[in-house]
Amino acid sequence: MQDFAGTFAHSVGLILSGDAELWAVVLLSLKVSLLAVFASAVIGLPLGALLAVGRFRGRQAVIVLVNALMGLPPVVVGLSVYMILSNSGPLGVLQLLYTPTAMIIAQTILVAPIIAALTRELLEGLNNEYAEQLRSFGVSRMGVVATLLWDGRYGLSTALLAGFGRAIAEVGAVIIVGGNINHVTRVMTTTIALETSRGNLALAMALGVLLILLAIMVNASVAALGMSGRAAANV
Amino acid sequence: MAGAIWRIWLGLVVGVALIAPAWGAGDFIVLQSTTSTRNSGLLDAILPVFQADSGTEVRVVAVGTGQAIKNAVNGDGDVLMVHARAAEEEFVAQGWGVERFDLMFNDFVLVGPVGDPAGVAGMDDVVAAIGRIAQSRAVFTSRGDDSGTHKAELALWQTAGVDVAAQSGTWYRETGAGMGTTLNIGIGMGGYVLSDRASWVAFGNRQNHRIVVQGDARLINQYGVILVNPARHPRVRATAGQGFIDWLLGPAGQAEIANFRVRGQQVFFPNAK
Amino acid sequence: MSDRGAPLPVTVNDLTYRVGGQVLLDIPSLEISQAWPTMILGPNGAGKSLLLRLLHGLIAPTSGTIRFNGQMAGGAVGRRQAMVFQKPVLLRRTVAANVNYALKVHDVARAERKGRISALLEQGGLSDHAGQPARTLSGGEQQRLAIVRALASDPDVLFLDEPTSSLDPSASLAIEDLIARAARGGAKVIMITHDLGLAQRLAGDIVFLHHGRVCEQTRAPEFFAHPKSHEAQAYLASKLVL
Repeated sequence: MQDFAGTFAHSVGLILSGDAELWAVVLLSLKVSLLAVFASAVIGLPLGALLAVGRFRGRQAVIVLVNALMGLPPVVVGLSVYMILSNSGPLGVLQLLYTPTAMIIAQTILVAPIIAALTRELLEGLNNEYAEQLRSFGVSRMGVVATLLWDGRYGLSTALLAGFGRAIAEVGAVIIVGGNINHVTRVMTTTIALETSRGNLALAMALGVLLILLAIMVNASVAALGMSGRAAANV
Repeated sequence: MAGAIWRIWLGLVVGVALIAPAWGAGDFIVLQSTTSTRNSGLLDAILPVFQADSGTEVRVVAVGTGQAIKNAVNGDGDVLMVHARAAEEEFVAQGWGVERFDLMFNDFVLVGPVGDPAGVAGMDDVVAAIGRIAQSRAVFTSRGDDSGTHKAELALWQTAGVDVAAQSGTWYRETGAGMGTTLNIGIGMGGYVLSDRASWVAFGNRQNHRIVVQGDARLINQYGVILVNPARHPRVRATAGQGFIDWLLGPAGQAEIANFRVRGQQVFFPNAK
Repeated sequence: MSDRGAPLPVTVNDLTYRVGGQVLLDIPSLEISQAWPTMILGPNGAGKSLLLRLLHGLIAPTSGTIRFNGQMAGGAVGRRQAMVFQKPVLLRRTVAANVNYALKVHDVARAERKGRISALLEQGGLSDHAGQPARTLSGGEQQRLAIVRALASDPDVLFLDEPTSSLDPSASLAIEDLIARAARGGAKVIMITHDLGLAQRLAGDIVFLHHGRVCEQTRAPEFFAHPKSHEAQAYLASKLVL
């Protein structure tokens, strides 16, 4: 077994090597996960906001459901998406199986509930503060949602990061619907799984370290972007 | 305010919808294959040659033979390359595949710890060797994933007259995983593992394990290749898929397989007729 | 300034508000004149804030009606009104953006907004803070911002719920000045306060609430000189002792 120091040196060497194949895998990982977070935000932010301000029958049930979906097992999501996108499945005609799009779909199913649930939590608190004032202004329900989303944007960026964290680290679903095809659907996590199964533990671990560094970089840049704006908004 | 946010939101929805399908370019086929052909590096070595010859990209989904066949039954692949003759012939008999061709063979090896608790090292008779493992109740790690290797292993146990299903969880441990994962686990437990030679030679985490039994004729591992039946799945890329099969079975493909080396060793032997 | 038309009497009929069988407010009849600022006084728990919210249409009564010039409270009428809360609710934006938000909600054209913002900030003595995050202002500045933001919609009626309760005397004075100017500008001021000095200076009439009922409604000088009800007498006595 290789020691940790050696592994770390290996990963630094790997990063410095500028290996084109490696960077293609890293870029695809980022592309798939960022687009999945993007799609999840488009679904999860308004859904969470509506759950925060809405007063409709079954709201509590929907909240419980969305919270529960945060813990969806990736393999189950992968299998479900596989069965739907398979040539024998209802959406086989779209020919999306074993494409990055299929991976984005699977990750979106995993990430959207996280973003929706955290958005609901955050904006419900903000709404408790704002509700009377906004009603006094005569703001419409949709206007309230938009105002809460905007004023809660720095807190919401944490929800997006939580979603990104799940997406970029996820392997169970994307390996089933993506197929881990070299140059097409091979991302960092599936490469790690592959190198582990090849017994190349040092390389797998080095990729793992790279994945962690990447996650830190994304989080740090969001934090840096947020810092100045957060000060301006005083939240 | 509200209007602007909802307009941005609509823009994002349209944006995602436009970006997402922008993949899936060019001329390609999907090959449902096994982990041994990929993990050994064979496919990485020969597929670029085929692509250069034909212009067709081959996208490999490498899973266990059982899952590869199921995926092919679902129509999620154009060509099937696996190693479990009985299952392959059934696949064709049921109409899912067009025709099965012998492609190449490699062989299985029995891998075990240097300490050799069952005392099987150097035996020529693999069936006797595994019988001795069962007798000594030394740890044996099985794929347990319905793969070609798993099927071959079960056939050997049957010949040896050992009911491993009854021993599952005691000395007989099923990982339900691919070859590499099973090797990692088996090595971790100091157990015996039946592996295809290609995966073992290419494997990077052998620690104190080595081949203990090899060379028995019953360890031959035959690979077949089958075109998924376009009559059953109209979206199968039959022309390109058949082109790939023709290339594999022809002199160019057979020569590429024969020339492939892992750490200086030939691990696959072409035998197309 | 918009055309405010004729006096705007507020008429309340058979108004009740109950929660779980408990009557929190019961006002068979109340009329409030447009002529002068009205102060709502009364001890804690009298139902003052509740009455203000009902008048503004933020909550619906259990029974009864509230009319402004014959029109039902809330809805379109509510949009011609504004309210300042005890603890100002400021958006997580700059001072100018808070005012801009109110203007935008009331459909003031973009071209017009810039001038209106600087005029309103000037009025609140906040011109130097335009680009500052609203929630970093001092307590008095925050309340002044809340008031000028309420005035942005040029309201017919301005409701204020104890706007000076947590402020020091000089900050209170600045608020008082803003309210007085708003009243002179034509807005009908209906305000809750515990500050009797402020009430005496600003009020035209007093509505005194006790246990969810209107004990008396009189012109301010008379109320402070000769309160009729025992409850008002007791309330004024306790305030004077303090």
